[in-house]
Amino acid sequence: MVFDLTEEQRMIQEMAKSFAQREVLPKAAEMDETGRFPEDLVRQMAELGLMGVAVPEEYGGAGMDNICYAIAMEEIARACASTAVILSVNNSLACDPILSFGSEEQKRKYLVPLASGKHLGCFGLTEPEAGSDAGSQKTTAVRDGSHYVLNGTKNFITNATQADTCVLFAMTDREKKHKGITAFILDMKMQGITVGKKEIKLGICASATASIILEDVKIPAANRLGNEGEGFKIAMRTLDGGRIGIAAQAIGIARASLEDSLAYAKERKQFGQPIANFQAIQWMLADMATEIDAARMLTYRAAWRKDRNLRCTKESSMAKLYASETAMRAGVKGIQIHGGYGYIREYPAERHFRDAKITEIYEGTSEIQRLVIASDLLRD
Amino acid sequence: MQFELSGERAQIQDMVRSLARKEFAPKAAEIDEHSRYPDENLSRLAELGLLGMLVPASYGGSETGAVAYAIALEEVARGCASTGVEMAVANMVGETIYRFGSEEQRRRFLADLFSGAGTGAFAITEPSAGSDAFGISTVAVPDGDAYVLNGSKTLITNGSRADVAIVTAVTQKEPEKKISAFLVERGTRGYSSGRPERKMGLRGSDTASLTFEDCRVPKRNRLGEEGEGFRIAMGALDGGRIGIATQAIGIARAAVESAITYARERKQFGQHLSGFQAIQWMLADSATELDAAGLLALRAAYRKETGGSFTREAAVAKVFASEAAYRACHRAVQVYGGYGYMREYPVERHLRDVKVTSIYEGTSEIQRIIIARGLVREGCR
Repeated sequence: MVFDLTEEQRMIQEMAKSFAQREVLPKAAEMDETGRFPEDLVRQMAELGLMGVAVPEEYGGAGMDNICYAIAMEEIARACASTAVILSVNNSLACDPILSFGSEEQKRKYLVPLASGKHLGCFGLTEPEAGSDAGSQKTTAVRDGSHYVLNGTKNFITNATQADTCVLFAMTDREKKHKGITAFILDMKMQGITVGKKEIKLGICASATASIILEDVKIPAANRLGNEGEGFKIAMRTLDGGRIGIAAQAIGIARASLEDSLAYAKERKQFGQPIANFQAIQWMLADMATEIDAARMLTYRAAWRKDRNLRCTKESSMAKLYASETAMRAGVKGIQIHGGYGYIREYPAERHFRDAKITEIYEGTSEIQRLVIASDLLRD
Repeated sequence: MQFELSGERAQIQDMVRSLARKEFAPKAAEIDEHSRYPDENLSRLAELGLLGMLVPASYGGSETGAVAYAIALEEVARGCASTGVEMAVANMVGETIYRFGSEEQRRRFLADLFSGAGTGAFAITEPSAGSDAFGISTVAVPDGDAYVLNGSKTLITNGSRADVAIVTAVTQKEPEKKISAFLVERGTRGYSSGRPERKMGLRGSDTASLTFEDCRVPKRNRLGEEGEGFRIAMGALDGGRIGIATQAIGIARAAVESAITYARERKQFGQHLSGFQAIQWMLADSATELDAAGLLALRAAYRKETGGSFTREAAVAKVFASEAAYRACHRAVQVYGGYGYMREYPVERHLRDVKVTSIYEGTSEIQRIIIARGLVREGCR
């Protein structure tokens, strides 16, 4: 057991933190307000190597480990949760499955531009009727010679309006249920792909969430990721990693609640003294900090296991579940500490609360995480 | 960051886990029922060097370090919580004498504590000074080659059995209150202990009050410098809290294990309890929180072992672990339903045992004060 960050981990922490504080934080409130997609920040993050943190350098990434990735995610999310999820989807849901399951040719063609930030990726799993029950895909892919023809609708796809590439799942054999799902790499410019209009959301307003409609999209068989029927496994393995990113995002949001509340509590005076002197406020701050520490330990542990190719399904579910619920609790406390001001847009507390909520939902709801953890515990 | 136990620590974990499972767990219910002090368990721990894990071999310790100690204590508490607290006190008293004692004091006391021939106690709490540990009123007045102690201590683990107790007392009231620490030996005239308390849980451990009536403690038994007592006590508690965190986790792990076994066997509505999401949720939450607690405790232990400041980390670990462990035990009783309320099953004992972990060695409220002060003063980390 070693609980110190490595030199490299400390370096990326400093770099990501200074970038986030300097470039991202000042824009966060405006982006939330207008829903503007931060193309400028994505470009800057690409220059810093943040679009493919754990992808080897030979494939355009930064060649760092997954703890570095979690650290970078936390720092960016501390400043702006919307910007962080753009990063998370590109790293975990677009780059990672191609790195893990792609052919050499696919890596050259799709991973290199994604990891280097020239292209932006998205992940098409969720459908209008397949949310937590991801195995019940209705989108179909029918083999036609050297091609597949895809039809269906994907829903709530982060980055959809901006993405160049999509890792997408479709049924190639309905009889086999989830074992009949296959993964594909889609070029978003392919004919027959329509992206719906950007959803209006409770939080992470600057991230672009939209549906993807596939009408007779003809894609080369060379764009199949992995084998036929392997899609569900690829999706689940990908989400194991994605949950580490979302856990780190949640920690960043929770930290934003804590840090803003701490600063406010030291300044705000009531009953003749700073409210930070009152135990009622101290308790909230102490609980936020304690839970953030706990969430971070769970997240680093999951990332550490992923780096060693150890099974991390349960560990990343634990990290995601605990971190997201921590962020939500911290969001509530943050507003409470700010009192009436916490409810006003002028202060960031209510944004953190709104941003936190999604972390309990996407990439597997809290309920799905508990299901994953329990089935691991109950397995003999 | 590195999340793997090294070879030696993994070995200690295996060894203690199997010891606790085979020898301690089967007796834990009987020890609880009869409030019987687990002498034989303490002897086994002594034989294996588990009472002096934080002290070098030259003083009879095994010097395995804070991380190995945390791992071992969790396993012991998993088998028997009362044995766990006895192990924790022995290690804490031993480490404190080693850190602050003179060479002569180390030679005189440590070997007996670690071999199990002697028992130690740490006496800070008084009837009117619980969380407010600085508010003690026991006094120690210098008189020739001794200090004369007057006052009383309460709720002291090992109070009725200790051969040597570390006792805090006021040596200066004005202009500035100063507290010193003393090693008070059994048999010293004027030193007596009360009847063991009857407790909700940890019923195998000994808890009693101490009374000092014109009790002359030789000056050579002062621990550290005059006025250093409060610092010694607080330093010991920083380390002690890591121990209590792991004790809490151990107790809760036992409860969760029982709950899992029960949920797999018990059938209602035509299927095993484990098939119901309501039950799965409880198990998942307990496991998640205990994993987090374990990592926080090991992080604090790691900081201690590598020489960093760890006051805040220990407070974070203690408040989180004790409260997570309480929730886990509470859920375990719930999973068992009516049977969980019955003595025949172990989970009600776990719930009773675990409750104290959010009280002793600093209540949850004190831990939160420590954490909040750290945040206000030094910011987030």
